[in-house]
Amino acid sequence: MKSTENVIEPAETRSVNPKIFTMWLFIVSIIMLFAAFTSAYLVRKAEGNWVEFEMPSLFSYSTGVLILSSIMMHYSLLAAKKDQFNALRMSISITFVLGLLFLVMQFYGWIQLVEMNVYFVGNPSGSFVYVLSGLHGLHLVSGLVVLIFALVAAFRLKINAKQLTQIKICATYWHFLDALWLYLFVFLLINN
Amino acid sequence: MSTATSHAEEVHTHDHSHDHEHEHHELNFWTKYVFSTDHKTIAKQYLISGILWAFIGGSFSIIFRLQLGFPDMQLDWLRPILGEWIDEGGKLDKEFYLALVTMHGTIMVFFVLTAGLSGTFSNFLIPLQIGARDMASGFINMLSYWFFFLSSMIMFASLFLETGPASGGWVIYPPLSALPQAMPGSGLGMTMWLTSMTFFIISSLMGGINYICTVINLRTRGMTFTKMPLTIWSFFFTAVLGLLSFPVLLSAALLLIFDRSFGTSFYLSEIYIQGQALPNMGGSPILYQHLFWFLGHPEVYIVLLPALGMTSEIIATNSRKPIFGYRAMIGSMMGITVLAFIVWAHHMFVTGMNPFLGSVFMFLTLIIAVPSAVKAFNYITTLWRGNLIFTPAMLFSIGLVSLFISGGVTGIILGNSALDINLHDTYFVVAHFHLVMGAASFFGLMAGVYHWFPKMFGRMMNKTLGYIHFWFTFVGVYMVFFPMHYIGIAGFPRRYYSFTAVGNDGAAAFTDMNAFISIAAIITFTAQAIFAWNFFYSIFKGKLAPQNPWNSNTLEWTAPINPEHGNWVGEIPAVYRWPYDYSKPGAEQDFIPQNVPFSATKSSNLPEEEAEIAKEKDIDGLLGAQNESYNR
Repeated sequence: MKSTENVIEPAETRSVNPKIFTMWLFIVSIIMLFAAFTSAYLVRKAEGNWVEFEMPSLFSYSTGVLILSSIMMHYSLLAAKKDQFNALRMSISITFVLGLLFLVMQFYGWIQLVEMNVYFVGNPSGSFVYVLSGLHGLHLVSGLVVLIFALVAAFRLKINAKQLTQIKICATYWHFLDALWLYLFVFLLINN
Repeated sequence: MSTATSHAEEVHTHDHSHDHEHEHHELNFWTKYVFSTDHKTIAKQYLISGILWAFIGGSFSIIFRLQLGFPDMQLDWLRPILGEWIDEGGKLDKEFYLALVTMHGTIMVFFVLTAGLSGTFSNFLIPLQIGARDMASGFINMLSYWFFFLSSMIMFASLFLETGPASGGWVIYPPLSALPQAMPGSGLGMTMWLTSMTFFIISSLMGGINYICTVINLRTRGMTFTKMPLTIWSFFFTAVLGLLSFPVLLSAALLLIFDRSFGTSFYLSEIYIQGQALPNMGGSPILYQHLFWFLGHPEVYIVLLPALGMTSEIIATNSRKPIFGYRAMIGSMMGITVLAFIVWAHHMFVTGMNPFLGSVFMFLTLIIAVPSAVKAFNYITTLWRGNLIFTPAMLFSIGLVSLFISGGVTGIILGNSALDINLHDTYFVVAHFHLVMGAASFFGLMAGVYHWFPKMFGRMMNKTLGYIHFWFTFVGVYMVFFPMHYIGIAGFPRRYYSFTAVGNDGAAAFTDMNAFISIAAIITFTAQAIFAWNFFYSIFKGKLAPQNPWNSNTLEWTAPINPEHGNWVGEIPAVYRWPYDYSKPGAEQDFIPQNVPFSATKSSNLPEEEAEIAKEKDIDGLLGAQNESYNR
């Protein structure tokens, strides 16, 4: 197969698993969505009339939780590759719980914002924080849905060293959502 | 060698499993014709939805042309259809006029020329021309259509609201669109517009992701990127444009939804309405324009590129000549794709933008003339001294080239940030984009329908009716849009209900021309009924299509005349050559399909192609069968 790949024709053309590739394209569209929001943020901020405030402290802790969940996700992938089913079930369940915990913490982060008198309706500097964290949260919910399918599959032993596509897609999406939040959080810390 | 045979087996086993799947499908009407995952059925669903929308959108333009061409006309006879939108004096309601203009734009740009064009032909041609059994994900593809359908239904329902559909122009600039008090159409109609467009964006993204994934991953053996038909290249670039720009429109729409429904101030600032100060502080309406046009400009190419790609294919086939400058065509489409993202602010020259920034955008905008000219010259040089066969598809393709050039030339004028100050939002702009984007893409759509109808329905469309349709449409489009340039230069602004204060008594001076445009529009629109009749009649009663009616080279004509789900019976053909071997010196016929190996065409091979023959031996077992089918 390798030797014929460089021949112009008639080599087999398929290269990537279409499902994983589809996930990457989906990720590209999400990147564009948030790129638009963050550039809108910068453009709007440059025009002045911008209220500054501290980020809620809970956002830092929730970031830690999300990173931890990503590590657990990676651990589940490794376990799946080695057919260690108990470790897989354990780590993928922890990932799911940490994901839920992150969402709860984000919600309490919003409550902290309200206590600081930063509301969704008001100066756009505050509204943007709600929109960015809220839409990220919405995407995280979709991530949890993907995760729960993988979780059920893991408990039914449908994920193993020979069937890795599902957990790979799940892990890719989950790590992306983690990275997306890191980007948004750092962006907000720098630009607020 | 061994990999090739094992692959062949793989294909066979795949076929069997597929056949079983298909038997299940046939049991059920719903899964075969309605909730189908077959790309061909989904393409037809898109096409028929697109045609229905085109008639709705077109009829709107006729109603507002009546107002513009004959301001004194009594429109009582329209009351059975429009009801209260015709006021007591027999006049078109002013608010409804704005709604008509808005909905005409929205429907034509998104529902007809995006979904109806790209949705139809990307779905239909990508798997058939690259040699795949279906899209990467048939299920996502089906979801894509049904999200579009849901979006269509919401938009259609909004037409019947008492306050009317969205009326702030298809670009829905805030604050007009953000404040329900601003105009009747900014109420529920606007909410439904935004809801509908959100579903539309989701549908487009699902479709686009599928197209890209399919083109990259599911090509048949031998179908390298440089052997792909230009149609596939154009669909690929279109999908990339959509994937990168539609999310940005979604973000613009979401912020607008928050402003409208939750009271945030992303786009609103220091506004008084009916004497009342609004609480909104600190928003920026220009921000919306930036976000909108970051989609809005690529959208022009999302609409146009598929038409250009299909035209390349049709012109080469019907000129019986290889396309001139195949790689230059790919390069120019790539250039257009990249430039599409860095020219958006030329829609915003008069927003008080920094003049230096305006010059940068002007410069970038004018660069688009280069790849566009490359394409135009390549079409003309392909036609030059070809054995032209004037099928209706060919006529529409040549029509596209004509419209693309005459509409493109005015683009150079409008792209100029100084000239644009005078011409902005006049009928000159209307004339420009209707020729270069609206009519050109529409001609591409029509060319595609006439050309691939036999593959879609296994029957031929009536040629004579096709010719009549073409000449009415071609002459009609020019009669409608050419005079608009003069009206624009005279200073008539677009989207106005009536012209009571145009300088130098302009309104009176141009009454005849406006009436002329309206009559031409009515004739052109009426002529589309010929097409509708031809289309729907031929689906059921048309002449049966032969295997390869246009003697074309691409893979879709090697599939059965009425392909089942899975497209090819048995193996998918392998590809050995580019798709433009027309009138090759020394060949027996004036076309050599892509699946014919060089070893079967010794008499016409070029020296470098002889070297390719050795590599063809890699696919033992396939060669014999394909030689046989060609020589038979």
